Amino acid sequence: MSDTNQQLVRNPVVVLGACVLGVFRYAGGMSLLFFSVLGTTIRSMVSGKVRFRWGALTAQMVRVGIRSMPIVMLVQLFIGMILTLQMAPTLSDYGQVDKIATVIGISGFRMLGPIITAVVLSGFAGASIAAELGTMVVSEEIEAMRAMAMSPTLFLVVPRVVATLIMLVLLTVIADLVICCGGFLACRWALGPDAYAGYWDTVRREVTNIDLITGLVQAAVFGVLIGLIACYEGLNVRGGAEGVGRATTMTVVYSLIATIIASGVFTVGFYIFRV
Amino acid sequence: MIQAEDNRTPIINVVDLEKSFGQTRVLRGVNLEVYSGETMVIMGGSGCGKSTLLRHMIGSLTPDSGRVELFARDIGSLPERELDTIRKRFGVLFQSGALLNSLTVGQNVALPLNEHRDLDAATIDIIVRIKLNLVSMRHAIDRMPAEISGGMKKRAGLARAIALDPDILFYDEPSAGLDPVTSTQIDRLMMDLSGKLGVTTVVVTHEMDSAFRIADRMCMLDAGVVLKVGTRQEFEAIRDGDVTGDETTDLIRQFLRGDAAGPITRRQAGSEFEQEILEAGEK
Repeated sequence: MSDTNQQLVRNPVVVLGACVLGVFRYAGGMSLLFFSVLGTTIRSMVSGKVRFRWGALTAQMVRVGIRSMPIVMLVQLFIGMILTLQMAPTLSDYGQVDKIATVIGISGFRMLGPIITAVVLSGFAGASIAAELGTMVVSEEIEAMRAMAMSPTLFLVVPRVVATLIMLVLLTVIADLVICCGGFLACRWALGPDAYAGYWDTVRREVTNIDLITGLVQAAVFGVLIGLIACYEGLNVRGGAEGVGRATTMTVVYSLIATIIASGVFTVGFYIFRV
Repeated sequence: MIQAEDNRTPIINVVDLEKSFGQTRVLRGVNLEVYSGETMVIMGGSGCGKSTLLRHMIGSLTPDSGRVELFARDIGSLPERELDTIRKRFGVLFQSGALLNSLTVGQNVALPLNEHRDLDAATIDIIVRIKLNLVSMRHAIDRMPAEISGGMKKRAGLARAIALDPDILFYDEPSAGLDPVTSTQIDRLMMDLSGKLGVTTVVVTHEMDSAFRIADRMCMLDAGVVLKVGTRQEFEAIRDGDVTGDETTDLIRQFLRGDAAGPITRRQAGSEFEQEILEAGEK
């Protein structure tokens, strides 16, 4: 064991200090990347000097969104069915089985749609973006781009972050509908007419525009977080293939943590402001 | 061949450059001048700091202290946008070629032209073919980097590096990992480009055959310190001469000749090993 490791094991203060420093360093790096992406995006949209890479954005949207659509739909379908069947016995005991549509609709639109889609995208797109950029770092492609006076933020990061944002929002709309479909199918196959007869009418009546919008706002923020974390981890790869593997894993871990924390913050905010 | 002349202004000027990574001091006050049109070869053993020096020259790293001037401008203090203006005036051939793997060879060469020149697609296509022809790679214009050999990647990387007709070309270990024939071909290419286009060339290498083929002047780095800067003829004289008793000269001589015995070996076997054993004993 090296001296540093022994010191860390012996001294918890050192461990705590290292953790705090690490968190600040990470947050600082992420903030710099965020403002760099924001500045570059606005400049490329407004100024004629910097061209926005529409082609790269389209390619990333296909990669991030279209390819992950089947798995998002499959997962959300099962979530809707599982939730329905888990709730059914209890609601049935109270004679409230017709409320299944209300619970599925509101929980799906407000939370499960965006959060489960974000979880799927963390593993599907986030890991892939980190691995791709990490490999580009290892093979000196990023350094070559810089040497050619080409900004990796403009060419690589902006298209990926914007694509993750847009596609997570679009996928969430699909996910919301699929969750409701999953709930309906479970009612149709496993429960009686009380559960499914007025299912879609109840969903339309109970789910408001606010429910949809709060879900989509969360999805947009999750999308930015996943895109940023994946790009940050990928661009900061050190140590060859091992570093790429580490970046890929950490992207998924940090994306999940960031998504859950952001969701918690949103929920508290919505609760306080009665949204 | 252009020799160093003290009364000329250097196109690259490295002044008291220092750089550390953590506790490791990689560059310790490096001074180097490169003049317009010459080929400067920077050499030294693994870990001596030559690639770090090159990365400072291309603006990839920022000095801890000291400065690197390109075209009489201190690139360490320039904002990114102004640094980009200077970057468009030089080309870099990385050790692996550093082609973008998602683009074809032709698209890689076209990349800097698309980004920095206001040209139509047909003109860019013609320039790409001319540049690829210069490095004998015209046949591979539509191939993906994954489908071509290491030597071909380097040649394609060279075509991309010269796409904007740069004033300076930097090469990072151009012969590394290549067979002797391909290595000689790359050397010829470098000499052709330097001769035909009048490009100032900076090459980082530890391949001595290649270094003596292409160099006008040479710089020997050791442990982050410049041991000697001189003409190729001066270094040839050291290589072909006898042991002098002077530690620095004999160290350079051993490196140039690739001898197993000499100051480098003594140093490795001596102080570092003894220190390691002593430290292990203390634990």
